[in-house]
Amino acid sequence: MAHRSTAFVKGKKVMLEIKNLHASADGSSILNGIDLNVKPGEVHAIMGPNGSGKSTLAQVIAGREDYEVTEGSVTYNGKDLLELSPEERACEGVFLAFQYPVEIPGVGNTYFLKAALNAGRKYRGEKELDAMEFLALVREKMKVLQIDEGLLKRPVNEGFSGGEKKRNEIFQMAVLNPKLAVLDETDSGLDIDALKAVSEGVNALRSQDRAIVLVTHYQRLLNYIVPDFVHVLSKGRIIRSGGKELALELEEKGYSWIQEAVSS
Amino acid sequence: MIEVTEKTNPYVACFEKSKDSLPGNELPWLASERQKAMDRFAHLGFPTTKHEDWRFTNIKPVASTSFTESQPQEGAFASDPTIGIPLIDTEHARVVLVNGFFRADLSKLENLPDGITVKSLKDALKEDANLLEAHLTKYARYADHAFVALNTALFQDGVFVHVKRGKVIETPLLIFNVTTESAGQIACHPRCLIIAEEASQATVMEAYTGSEGSVYLNNPVTEIYLAQNAVVDHYKLQQESEKAFHIATLQVHQERTSNFANQNIVYGGAIARNDISATLAGEGIVSTVNGLTVGGGTQILDNHTFIDHAMPHCNSYEVYKTVLDEKAKGVFNGRIMVAQDAQKTDAKQTNQNLLLSGEATINTKPQLEIFADDVRCTHGATIGQLDSEAIFYLRTRGINEDAAKSILTYAFAGYVLERIKIETLREHVESVLCDRLPMGDLVRGAL
Ligand SMILES: Nc1ncnc2c1ncn2[C@@H]1O[C@H](COP(=O)(O)OP(=O)(O)OP(=O)(O)O)[C@@H](O)[C@H]1O
Ligand SMILES: [Mg+2]
Repeated sequence: MAHRSTAFVKGKKVMLEIKNLHASADGSSILNGIDLNVKPGEVHAIMGPNGSGKSTLAQVIAGREDYEVTEGSVTYNGKDLLELSPEERACEGVFLAFQYPVEIPGVGNTYFLKAALNAGRKYRGEKELDAMEFLALVREKMKVLQIDEGLLKRPVNEGFSGGEKKRNEIFQMAVLNPKLAVLDETDSGLDIDALKAVSEGVNALRSQDRAIVLVTHYQRLLNYIVPDFVHVLSKGRIIRSGGKELALELEEKGYSWIQEAVSS
Repeated sequence: MIEVTEKTNPYVACFEKSKDSLPGNELPWLASERQKAMDRFAHLGFPTTKHEDWRFTNIKPVASTSFTESQPQEGAFASDPTIGIPLIDTEHARVVLVNGFFRADLSKLENLPDGITVKSLKDALKEDANLLEAHLTKYARYADHAFVALNTALFQDGVFVHVKRGKVIETPLLIFNVTTESAGQIACHPRCLIIAEEASQATVMEAYTGSEGSVYLNNPVTEIYLAQNAVVDHYKLQQESEKAFHIATLQVHQERTSNFANQNIVYGGAIARNDISATLAGEGIVSTVNGLTVGGGTQILDNHTFIDHAMPHCNSYEVYKTVLDEKAKGVFNGRIMVAQDAQKTDAKQTNQNLLLSGEATINTKPQLEIFADDVRCTHGATIGQLDSEAIFYLRTRGINEDAAKSILTYAFAGYVLERIKIETLREHVESVLCDRLPMGDLVRGAL
């Protein structure tokens, strides 16, 4: 079921404001001046060819130290996001679903999730959940995402299939309940059932005070999670922004069409 | 002609002076074994880093300290006789040795079930001389090992454990080797002999601990004999004083279809060396030797293991994990020998090392000597830091950097922790590990 568009909500403050963002790694520049405003309730899709810098943008938002921000700013709910450590960002409500979720042998999924959830609650001055309360919460979220209980007992992502890893990311998001979720190619490698389950999970989290940034290659996901805005990233720059119809156009004509249109 | 050097001389002199009063001196086989061992020690001298087996572990501080032989202590004891190892209140049977001497008053053996005998080695030499003659000093070879030679010549006491044929002993036996603050710097050479008769089963822990800050040499030798079908679960916890020297040998001899497992936890000592060897002398044997070493400061922690596959159809499993911080040095040498007759051997060895600081070092060496052709032997060694991808992943979920490192270090050690089946021991080992982690409280009880 497609979600009703929440675009063009007037009078809302910007949640994430990216201005002229430049970032580089190992001396080579990857992001070359990104401007992006995201308001609560909005869903933005970021599309673009391989190597255009989509994951780099996502990782810079999450606080990866391998990238050096050389110019520009990122403001999140009025705070300088770039000043915060990755864990502070997470506790402030920023969540990144990884394109390649990391396997952590020996660390059980349940333990990990509880530690993460309570770290955030502690940071925000909320009461930490005990084992029973945590389990109740987790059970509820598992149902929505059709997560198998067995997955919880296993070490984080270890030996998970591609689809299981992606589902686990969305499951973590559901448990951690972030304000700004950046999903980096959560759709890639999913079969149609998994794609539906993941989309339903994401749609269930759509709300007036949460913003979602979807990084994707394909229109396919956007049939299930209908975005308010679509941006095309190329060589570290947003070369075109539009509504959901832009995604359809891209699907039909490919990226080269825009890249050519822009350069001419 | 015995070559006596400045370093070995005090030990030779000590032996000359005390040999007629050492326990078992009335037993000709033992007296002659002790003499041979002392001669051998005098000949070998203390090893130096020129010896292949001691290349990375310089024991000069041991060789150049003049230790005095420990004396039996009597009377009351401090409130916590098993210094830093709070397992004494458990219902398990226990033996306490102080400075190498069996202390009946501190031990608790009255609830031992039928089928197991536990006593001081000194008493056993009087009461079980025939049995001891068949086993004591028969497995731990001293010909090439100066410290085993020293122990064999000089041991004054120790523990004798005898599990009778077909008996399954469910209560673990906890053996505590405690070294207390003494006048001067003492050397102890406790000796332990464990005999598990045919189809018997037992669980034994040996723990080593000492008064904080005291300097001593602990040079224990343990021999374990498993008859056909015997099953022995053995744990070793080394938590000596941070200034102590712990040079230990564990020699296991396994007969047909026996099953031995050792979990070796190395925490303490300034210099600590383990030689852990198993001789697989029959068919269908299973032998497991695992280890967890956690070091910091300027500790030197050395584990040498040797699995001697002498017969066909045996399996050996080995997982050794080391975590080193600050300037700690680690050594792992895992030797596996598969004799020509030992067809269908399955030997697995894994050594994983985690270096938490740039100044910590590890030398690791698998040493496979395979003379049979139809065998499966695998080994692998890794040296690395904590996975930065994993740290970042945890941090993006709100877990701070110190906590993330603690979680990952704990998880690294998890394999060995999970294999400790004595619950109180596992909790203790886990708790000491957590104390050493920057945010250990967060991971306490995570398993
Ligand atoms: N840590 C890094 N060090 C050096 N170069 C990097 C690093 N991370 C990314 N790059 C380079 O930056 C460019 C953009 O990479 P990025 O992963 O952001 O692209 P992407 O748009 O997510 O691609 P894909 O669609 O394949 O996921 C690529 O050329 C990549 O090789
Ligand atoms: Mg990418």
